[in-house]
Amino acid sequence: MTNLAVDICGLKMKNPTMLASGVLDETGKSMLSVAKAGAGAIVTKSIGKDPRIGHSNPTIVELPQALLNAMGLPNPGIDAYKTEIAEALEGGVPIIGSVFGDGEQEIAEVARAMQDAGVAAIELNLSCPHAKGYGAEIGSVPEMVEAVCRSVKENVSIPVFAKLTPNTSSIVSLAKAAESGGVDAIVAINTLKGMVISPEAKMPILGNRYGGLSGPAIRPIGVRCVYEIFEVVKIPVIGVGGVSTGREAIEYIMAGAKAVQVGTAIWKEGPPIFSKICREIQEFMEEFGYTKLSEMTGVAHHGRT
Amino acid sequence: MRFKETLIATPGQFVMVWVPGVDEFPMSVSYAGDRCGITYQIIGEGTKALAQKKPGDKIGMRGPYGKGFSLVGKKLLFVGGGAGMAPLAPLVELASAKGATVDIVVGARTREELLFESRSAVAGARMHVSTDDGSIGFKGLATELTQIVVGKHNFDCMYACGPEKMLVKLLTIATEKGIPMQVSLERVMKCGIGICDSCAIDGMHVCRDGPVFSEKDLRRFEELGKSKLDAAGRKIPV
Repeated sequence: MTNLAVDICGLKMKNPTMLASGVLDETGKSMLSVAKAGAGAIVTKSIGKDPRIGHSNPTIVELPQALLNAMGLPNPGIDAYKTEIAEALEGGVPIIGSVFGDGEQEIAEVARAMQDAGVAAIELNLSCPHAKGYGAEIGSVPEMVEAVCRSVKENVSIPVFAKLTPNTSSIVSLAKAAESGGVDAIVAINTLKGMVISPEAKMPILGNRYGGLSGPAIRPIGVRCVYEIFEVVKIPVIGVGGVSTGREAIEYIMAGAKAVQVGTAIWKEGPPIFSKICREIQEFMEEFGYTKLSEMTGVAHHGRT
Repeated sequence: MRFKETLIATPGQFVMVWVPGVDEFPMSVSYAGDRCGITYQIIGEGTKALAQKKPGDKIGMRGPYGKGFSLVGKKLLFVGGGAGMAPLAPLVELASAKGATVDIVVGARTREELLFESRSAVAGARMHVSTDDGSIGFKGLATELTQIVVGKHNFDCMYACGPEKMLVKLLTIATEKGIPMQVSLERVMKCGIGICDSCAIDGMHVCRDGPVFSEKDLRRFEELGKSKLDAAGRKIPV
């Protein structure tokens, strides 16, 4: 019998799929519906100290193999969001609170409030590519990544994950910095900074001009990043970027990921994507004789010298 | 506003309209097929900029999105409040073309704000007009007029769009009379494609699961007529 269960830093997941931050996770009831649809864990919308309306529309551009978005970290603020978390917790799967802020102090403060709201772990958004002063502007400097991670770890007792940006010359340095800062796991990758211009309108389409690219187009980059990070850190890695099938989830797992996050695939397939991916992982494992996920984790590194 | 383009859309579906440099917002398709079109009220910067566009100017449009109306039965009642007639108008034409008997209750504040009266008359519908000030037709609310109309005739389905408080009252009327109902809802919309959660209502999404919902979902919604999300995702009263 195949077993899809996975334990990440004490978080017991019935399967290795997580809802990625930013998708169907602004309200408790939406997170609940994703949990019911089969996700093994839920990562919340990135939440800050105060309410934020985000960037003006257009906030999304649809592309053949990707989405480009610049939502701009809209969120109701941590105080108002606590009731959404309470609702999401009824789903019975671990809720991971994604937080952002303008520096280590603010991020630690929101993380502590997030812990009080009852989440099982914190995910640090050190990687949003389209909000000035936040996310990747902090997260692309290894020293700052380490400082933020350390500060948050000192302020909470639950596991802390650092979500890293690929918009850097060396994501490996960021991963090492996060590990030195004491985080419990690495999440890679966030979106890639990009732009789409409308030739007719003679301007970028997004209200914010720049956005973050997600979806199938970025999967090879995400898999490469997880592969590289797996070789330099001892803490678990969670893979994210362009997963919509079981085989694609297994790519990440074989690169070294213990779990995968799914976001953009919901665009085409809706929340049922989670149970579909799990079914496909299971079918693959049965076909190739695996009984546990750990038998596949990182196997793509074997045989290298 | 009509366009050269052809848009294959079901009545009730919507498009995201981009006015470059200003805003992008959801609009119901009020004319489907050849020379598709939308009907707007000037309510913000986006629609204000749209109104200033001249023939030949370029705007962006993506869609159609969402779930539209479906025709059920032969005796149909349409209730449109204010701009709510926009998504209903192409459905009225479709229903008439298919031989259904059509009654329309259309409500507005004043005579000047009545929408699609002539278009619906052309489609052979029986019109029931209400205005808040009595400047034409029944003086009072569209819901009061609907109560009178459903007392006189039997209907297979009620289709409605308009202010949410009105929709809640209509749901009560339809439930009392045992009439199936389809309603088009409105929420803050950003992505339009079912991922950003800004148009959430009780765990469903207006952009993907709606904008048209049937009475089964409507009765289940705790937020209907009570709360909605603002642009930051805060729950505010409807």
